[in-house]
Amino acid sequence: MIAHRTTFWNKAALVATLALLAASGCHKKQAAPPSSAMAPENNTPPPTASITADPPAIDLGQSVVLNWRTSNATSVSIDGIGEVPVNGTQTVSPSSSTNFHLVAKNDGGTTEANVRVTVRVPEVPAAPADNSGDMGSDAIFHAKVQDIFFGYDSFDLTPEADTSITAAAAYLNAHPAIKILIGGYCDDRGSAEYNITLGENRANAAKTALVSAGVAGDRIRVVSYGKEKQFCTEETESCWQQNRRGQFSIDR
Amino acid sequence: MPKPFGSTSEIIGEEIVNSFVRRLRARNPQRWVTLSLLSSLVLLLSGSTLRAQDTFHLETSSGATSIRLAAANFKPSTGDANTSTFKNTFDTTLFADLSAAGIFDMVSKSLIPQSTPGSQSEISLAQWSSAPASAAMVAFGNLGVQNNRLIVNGFLDDAKNTQYPQVFAKQYNEIATDDNARQVAHRFADEIIFRLSGGTPGIAESKIFYVKRGGGNKEIWEMDYDGANQHAITHLGEISLSPRISPDNSRIAFSSLGRNGFQIKMFSLLLGRLVNFNSVGGTNLSPAWSPSGQQLAFSSSRTGDPEIWVTDPQGNVAHRITNYKGPDVSPTWNPKTGAQIAWISGRTGLPQLYIMDSDGSGVTRMTDGGYATSPSWSPNGQFITFAWDRKYGPGAPGGQDIYVMEVATKRWIQLTHDMGRCDFPSWSPDGRHIAFANSPDGIDSHNRIMTMLVDGTGKRALTESGTDMPNWSWK
Repeated sequence: MIAHRTTFWNKAALVATLALLAASGCHKKQAAPPSSAMAPENNTPPPTASITADPPAIDLGQSVVLNWRTSNATSVSIDGIGEVPVNGTQTVSPSSSTNFHLVAKNDGGTTEANVRVTVRVPEVPAAPADNSGDMGSDAIFHAKVQDIFFGYDSFDLTPEADTSITAAAAYLNAHPAIKILIGGYCDDRGSAEYNITLGENRANAAKTALVSAGVAGDRIRVVSYGKEKQFCTEETESCWQQNRRGQFSIDR
Repeated sequence: MPKPFGSTSEIIGEEIVNSFVRRLRARNPQRWVTLSLLSSLVLLLSGSTLRAQDTFHLETSSGATSIRLAAANFKPSTGDANTSTFKNTFDTTLFADLSAAGIFDMVSKSLIPQSTPGSQSEISLAQWSSAPASAAMVAFGNLGVQNNRLIVNGFLDDAKNTQYPQVFAKQYNEIATDDNARQVAHRFADEIIFRLSGGTPGIAESKIFYVKRGGGNKEIWEMDYDGANQHAITHLGEISLSPRISPDNSRIAFSSLGRNGFQIKMFSLLLGRLVNFNSVGGTNLSPAWSPSGQQLAFSSSRTGDPEIWVTDPQGNVAHRITNYKGPDVSPTWNPKTGAQIAWISGRTGLPQLYIMDSDGSGVTRMTDGGYATSPSWSPNGQFITFAWDRKYGPGAPGGQDIYVMEVATKRWIQLTHDMGRCDFPSWSPDGRHIAFANSPDGIDSHNRIMTMLVDGTGKRALTESGTDMPNWSWK
């Protein structure tokens, strides 16, 4: 599951990088003066050339319009297309992200222009924001939505719990399909009935904080287990602390 | 303060302990030192709170105290093979019931005359009223099995009244089973207690409902008041807690853990199955019957915060009677008036004992600190018993013990000492006993059910470990 998560973020990073590249590709058309212009022997100035793609990024199967303009060129070619008119447009439908490389020549020299067309292939997620219908995995959920722990006989959120809730809310807001179960737990000291209400207050404190952070209340189910379901059964403070918790899980 | 039924003497709290100590000192001099220490401890602990104590008397002090009573072994009246077995059960049960009643000075069976009088004409009262028996009252009779029927004739005689000694005579006729031999003994014992205690019915026929662990679940069980006849009521395969028997013994309200947390459940003992109880949302637990049987108070978080709500026995006509952030749980009605409710609230931090009128007005805090839980109101309305850890806190060595508080004055006495963790006290219908859960090593799963007299004496375990939350029937 961790591997999956890494791949996901690598791919996301890749997309972001490609998008940046595409943007800078577009930007190049303004930087018209060709850097590769050679000092001419004769007085013929080297050609100018620019190429754009609209849109710069497509989904697989969609087409993109290439539009190029040159001046003073005697021959113009684009890699993968061949000889083309000095000015023109062409609709292409590449199967993968492609650099369209234009070369314009005249006696005075050679000028190049590039445009990058990004093709989004389906296995790359479109964007992290679009997750409707995705419940996510338990591993990611528990990494993003961490259990919170309470003080002795308390249902107030600690600063650590506040931090956890903020992170949890961000994740849950990005994954609106996830329903959550908040379990309220208590250590095994004290009385059974009172501890159920204390656990209820703990789980509800977590719910209230999530709702305040924008998570819809109807996505949240609250169950207090009191001291009836213990994580840890030793009579030690560390064990008691583990049992005084608000536990989050995906409510399937 | 209204006098209890037929009270013939008023004993203040300290005198209860002193007389108890005197009694035991006479019987067992070796234990005198320990008990004397114990009693000074009680006095020390209670002394600070029970200032100017003059009328703090518990139900053990109502009625005639310590009547010297002898229970003869019954005479077999038939030659049936089962007679001696049932007679043994009957004799043992009767003696145990009368001993446990808390109002008799029972004549030891080793001191009673050898004769087993089976009828009024067969008894020689002088034998019983003279030393060493020195009985003031004698219970005797005969028992036999005939045509698969158990027939018992029981008599109670006033040994000092030579002219008209008979107080009453009773005949019982039941199907011949060992359980019926016990039940008949309970009924005969209750009759004796009723006559000699100044009109308070005995509790030998009462039941105790409780929670028993098994296979990761907790089911509701029932037993006789003396620990006999333990059997399961529910088979839900869930975690069920807080059984509360209705005043008419027809239904048990409790709560079980399901998909939506703890919810109130209602089990009909007449139908032998669950009946409807409407749940509206949130966690619902710790039900309590009003003495009329027409209302149920319980903790509900249907509005987000656990508050005390009151509904009818079907869960309808719900209305909230507390409104304060923090846990509110474990209500118990004043069974005498039905007009007040005691409960536990964490509104100021650690849980404390509070009382209020049953409409939610007149909230009064009763405990001044520590960790208080699980109140049960005495049948006469004067006292509340509850579990209290007066020095509760991280690292504090405090123990959770059973206490009794007088409602009118907030004065209290401690009933358990140094015996591990105690919780869930429940008052017996005669007001003279308290059942409670005790774990000698403090571990929850080691809880067992015990009873004691309300002055803290006569403690005995009724069940093995793995049992919890006793609730004594109303009659």
